[in-house]
Amino acid sequence: MSQQLCINQGECRTSLFLILLALGGVVVLGTLYAFFTLEHHGHVLTGMSNQIVWGLPHVFAVFLIVAASGALNVASIGSVFGKEVYKRRAPLSGMLALTLLAGGLAVLVLDLGRPDRLIVAMTHYNFKSIFAWNMIFYNGFFAIVGLYLITLMDRKLKSWSKPAGFAAFIWRLILTTATGSIFGFIVARSGYDAALYAPMFIIFSFAYGLAIFMLVQASMYSWNRLSLDAGIERRMKNLLAVFVGASLYFTVVLHLTNLYFAKQWDFERWILLEGGLYPALFWVGQIILGGILPLILLLAPRSGNHRGTGLNILAALLVILGGLAQMYVTIIGVQAFPMPIFPGHEVSSTFYDGVVADYAPGVYEWLLGLGGPAITFVLTVIGVRVFKFLPQDDFHAMETHPQRH
Amino acid sequence: MSRATDNPNSERRDFLKAGAMAAGLTVGPGVLLYGVAYSRAPEEPASPDKRWGMLIDTTKCGDGCNECVTACNTENGLSGKTGPQDSQWIRKVHIRDLQTGFELNLPMLCQHCENPPCVDVCPTGASMKRADGIVLVDRHTCIGCRYCMMACPYKARSFVHEPLTDQNPEVPRGMGCVESCTFCVQRVDRDETPACVEACNAAGHKAMYFGDLKDPESEISQALKIARSTEIRADLGLNTGVRYQGI
Repeated sequence: MSQQLCINQGECRTSLFLILLALGGVVVLGTLYAFFTLEHHGHVLTGMSNQIVWGLPHVFAVFLIVAASGALNVASIGSVFGKEVYKRRAPLSGMLALTLLAGGLAVLVLDLGRPDRLIVAMTHYNFKSIFAWNMIFYNGFFAIVGLYLITLMDRKLKSWSKPAGFAAFIWRLILTTATGSIFGFIVARSGYDAALYAPMFIIFSFAYGLAIFMLVQASMYSWNRLSLDAGIERRMKNLLAVFVGASLYFTVVLHLTNLYFAKQWDFERWILLEGGLYPALFWVGQIILGGILPLILLLAPRSGNHRGTGLNILAALLVILGGLAQMYVTIIGVQAFPMPIFPGHEVSSTFYDGVVADYAPGVYEWLLGLGGPAITFVLTVIGVRVFKFLPQDDFHAMETHPQRH
Repeated sequence: MSRATDNPNSERRDFLKAGAMAAGLTVGPGVLLYGVAYSRAPEEPASPDKRWGMLIDTTKCGDGCNECVTACNTENGLSGKTGPQDSQWIRKVHIRDLQTGFELNLPMLCQHCENPPCVDVCPTGASMKRADGIVLVDRHTCIGCRYCMMACPYKARSFVHEPLTDQNPEVPRGMGCVESCTFCVQRVDRDETPACVEACNAAGHKAMYFGDLKDPESEISQALKIARSTEIRADLGLNTGVRYQGI
């Protein structure tokens, strides 16, 4: 049976497949344990509080959701912009988009105070809420990308892949706009309340999604003992560099804008300099490890025939780490800073007004949070095994129509 | 024989008079009270002709006094604990102007905004505003996503982090849901004032007024008319139902 399921590989390597599945499965089991424990005992067991209401699970969840739409970008470049090299990667890109979104949404749902009321969330919509719209966008993403995948993988429906790809492209732009707007629409907190969040999250998604795509692609080629074409590898690492650079640009603009507004000075001083862990995560995690270092690794000239595959993979890994740091600063850092209820005043109360909120994620949050990547991992491992997702480059066609690549 | 005895109808007349008086004394206050103190029947919707609001005179708010908080906890079945995960529907806040050093105390609670951000962001509509302006959470449709807590500019909401016992049957609460000050809606619907206001008055401070902002004759409307009051974070344009004097 396992031999029959293995249609994508030259040789099946079933034992390795099962080991990978088991590794992911163990983490998912831990996630389910955390979920049922919290369902029974409440969030009192977590480090989350009435001050830090969204914690580590949300860091993983939002990162995966943002990366999901970005992973689809590879397919969009192929189907919407007609680039053959990317078209060959469209099925893998679409599948990753679905598994990443599934992982992210699973964490969001498992962290709800009342996850048993998911059906309520699906049947009661407040259309003024961007969260309600997101439920439609996320479910729609599954449907549209699913249909798009079918058009890519069924020869009879091939002609539909362009319109389906276009619809998926537009949908993913709307989806990430809405994800960024979760934060952009919050007037209460100093670090949010900026329209820039929507386009900034789209740019972040390009970088995170492509980095994950490159890692998965490299793993699949290595699994099958294949070597990625040097030209394709160069093209993708250059594209990642562009996205990382654009992410840095948006980050700089957001903080420069805030630094120009006197009312934001206290917050900026704290998040950039005095906030302890958060400035460290911002500068070291998001900017240096997740931005500048990957840029250097990706853009450094390669000597002779040296392709620098290792450097590219390291850069992609760093972009993902930087992305998690960015989400931690964006989600938890902004909450930790005291809310400006009385600007210009020193404030104190029994409800922790005026003080920086403490947050230390507990074991249940780690288990919930890591469940997202684990679910994505398990679904991806199964996906690449039972479907033909390995990019198959037709170099002859590329040579015939070089301008389309 | 007395005159009364002479008139056989006289005794009956006296009896009727006395009876009418007794009936009047019994029913009359009820009729009068019905007009003055009208409490809403459960099936009757909240009236859009009212907007419940509160005025807090910070100059009268007692330093160190916590009566409003204690009364709220008792009325609504809160534990009164003040850990980071415990619910607090009303809290005393001490503020000091960084420029001038001017200090004051005030109670902070849900501001019952006309345009509440918590209601805007709630995906299921569980956060809602009644027709009479009271902002509530529907315990049956709150999924515990906490987006309203992210959005509330007054940090007025709490998430129930652990199982609850000994609840007040009139104030249902539940683990995994978000909650906040309801203006003691169960009391307001009986035409009583919120517990915090009652406690403040009982303590002799009389710093809190509660009433119908749409009724120009109400005590709160009269008080608002004669002294300047402000909204907290007025820059957000939320038109809060709670206003403060002295800040």
